[in-house]
Amino acid sequence: MASSGLELLWISAPQLAQGIGRTLGISALAIVFSAVGGLIYGVLRNLGIRWIDWLLLVYLELFRAIPVLVWLYLFFFGLPIFLGWSIPGFWCAVLVLSLWGASETGEVVRGALRSIPRGQREAGLSIGLGQAQLYGRVLLPQALRRMTPPMINVFTRLIKTSSLAVLIGVVDVIKIGQQIIERTYESVLIYGFLFVFFFLACYPLSAVSRVLERRWNHS
Amino acid sequence: MEFDVAFALSTLPAFITAVGVTLQVGLIAIATSLCVALINAAIAAFQIRPLQPVVRAYVELARNTPLLIQLFFIYFALPALGVKVSGFASAIIAMTFMGGAYLTEILRAGIEAVPRSQIESGLSIGLSRWQLLRHVVLPQAGILSLPALFANFVFLLKETTVVSAVAVPEILYTTKSYIALYYKTYEMLAVMTGLCVLLFVPLSLLLRVVERRLQHGQFGS
Amino acid sequence: MSALIELSGFSKRFGAVPVLQDIDLSVREGEVVVILGPSGCGKSTLLRCLNGLELGHAGQYRFGGLELSANADWRQVRQQIGMVFQSYHLFPHMTVLDNILLGPVSVQKRARNEARQQAETLLARVGLLDKRDAFPRELSGGQQQRIAIVRSLCMNPQVMLFDEVTAALDPEMVKEVLEVILDLARSGMTLLIVTHEMAFARAVADRILFMDGGRIAEQSDPETFFSNPQTARAQQFLEKFSYVENMPKRKAS
Repeated sequence: MASSGLELLWISAPQLAQGIGRTLGISALAIVFSAVGGLIYGVLRNLGIRWIDWLLLVYLELFRAIPVLVWLYLFFFGLPIFLGWSIPGFWCAVLVLSLWGASETGEVVRGALRSIPRGQREAGLSIGLGQAQLYGRVLLPQALRRMTPPMINVFTRLIKTSSLAVLIGVVDVIKIGQQIIERTYESVLIYGFLFVFFFLACYPLSAVSRVLERRWNHS
Repeated sequence: MEFDVAFALSTLPAFITAVGVTLQVGLIAIATSLCVALINAAIAAFQIRPLQPVVRAYVELARNTPLLIQLFFIYFALPALGVKVSGFASAIIAMTFMGGAYLTEILRAGIEAVPRSQIESGLSIGLSRWQLLRHVVLPQAGILSLPALFANFVFLLKETTVVSAVAVPEILYTTKSYIALYYKTYEMLAVMTGLCVLLFVPLSLLLRVVERRLQHGQFGS
Repeated sequence: MSALIELSGFSKRFGAVPVLQDIDLSVREGEVVVILGPSGCGKSTLLRCLNGLELGHAGQYRFGGLELSANADWRQVRQQIGMVFQSYHLFPHMTVLDNILLGPVSVQKRARNEARQQAETLLARVGLLDKRDAFPRELSGGQQQRIAIVRSLCMNPQVMLFDEVTAALDPEMVKEVLEVILDLARSGMTLLIVTHEMAFARAVADRILFMDGGRIAEQSDPETFFSNPQTARAQQFLEKFSYVENMPKRKAS
């Protein structure tokens, strides 16, 4: 039984690889966009300009209140209606995950910036640094350590949440797995494989995050 | 763009039921997850050697895999092994599997967050290990964990949308069905969004209030 | 001689609470002014208003003859008015030398070599040249504070502000920092110092400013202030310090 299972996986490898590419593609793009977006969000909210802060807060709360799957549906089914845009599922997923990821990453960046003693900002200002220099040379470098472990956690969640893309019709690794099951009925094997796949994609990141946290918290 | 108010209103009864299902699934999952977490916390606190690695493995597996896969495995794969489960049951089992792991970590963090000085004070007045746990560590760990626990409860409620994938008639599934039946996409999306906002925004705000209150109590200022 | 720093009718409030009320102050070049007063009297706030970390609500502030309003180019001003803080706030992720050179190189756009030479001269002057490649966390409080002073000095300011710079130091390190400030005073730099070190104030000041409740209650030269304070509040304030110094022995010997 086991050998025929592995054989099946071996035979299906090319299709599964395609699916894996899709799934990881969504995750990777979302991670990159979230990181960039999150940095911008974190710095912007740290500047203390009322209306920007308020706007970003509304954005955050919207993405926190409404579950990601609902957002996926809204974008996938709603955009064609509201704006006449028909975005393929893959890019819909990337878009939604990026927006959600950016808000979560942004909060991490913001928290890290806020945890830096106020005196650092004042010392930087007192030697005449401008805002850009203040953030670039003094605040963000110090925030980097504090924000990396939580940021990695957000990225892990992004990888897990990318699994929802199958529900808006994206032909990702889950869909391909389900197609294989339709032909072969090997549900335990395939879902087991998917289970292991996601675990292998996420666990190393979690482990690294924990190691970094332990090492840097003792500095 | 026309908004068919009459139609939207006519679907409300079905959606109210759907909200009921959401709450059902969510609340049961919260309760069962909490039980799992308490058992795991007990294993850690009493240092039951043989079971500790099992708990660790469980937590890592459940936290590093998506709920959807856990759900699909239980709903689609288990029948092949002879275990038939309904959509509702798989939803509960999967959410307990995931939720239990998250809550276990929170309780563990809560126990570790109790300051060492508290334990030393307890030991200095001669408390036994069990008394220390019962009177000093667990009460404080509980309070320290509350904000994170509530946050996870809200998270679990939101994750119920995922179980729509196995035909559990909660909010999202109901929306999908109605869109498929009547093609009133705009109206259904609006109702769905409105319900989600009504349901989850107050919870978010409540969570903030709870967090602030508990922090005050903790540091006595 | 025209004043370098001039405040007229300068006021500030935090919300509804007045913190500085009607401050009239004139500081000449090369003068050393020490600001004394009870907690909450506004002395730190006054200092912070001088380099724009806080902004006033009313009155005038002139520096070098130019009026500075809320939207003045504070970056320029801060290159001419340096400030040293109670908690030194060195940048922990940079070496001592990088801490010192950040301002001159990135803000003043000076050549790194030239700035480095000045930095090393100053470090030698405070006795810390050998620590130029160390990180702040490897140094004691007194060493970090002296480096914070060098960091500000390297910008070649006209005025230096010191905000209770020894308050957070262990007693044995206070002397090394005060000596650096004395050295600066002797070299003719304009200094405004907020401190609780009375003996030091007496030794270094050209003028003592005593503040109370956001106002300047008394201004005089050090000798007059310490031996013959004019106002009741100043007398009460000084008494608190002499009480501790002249406390009777607990047990009769």
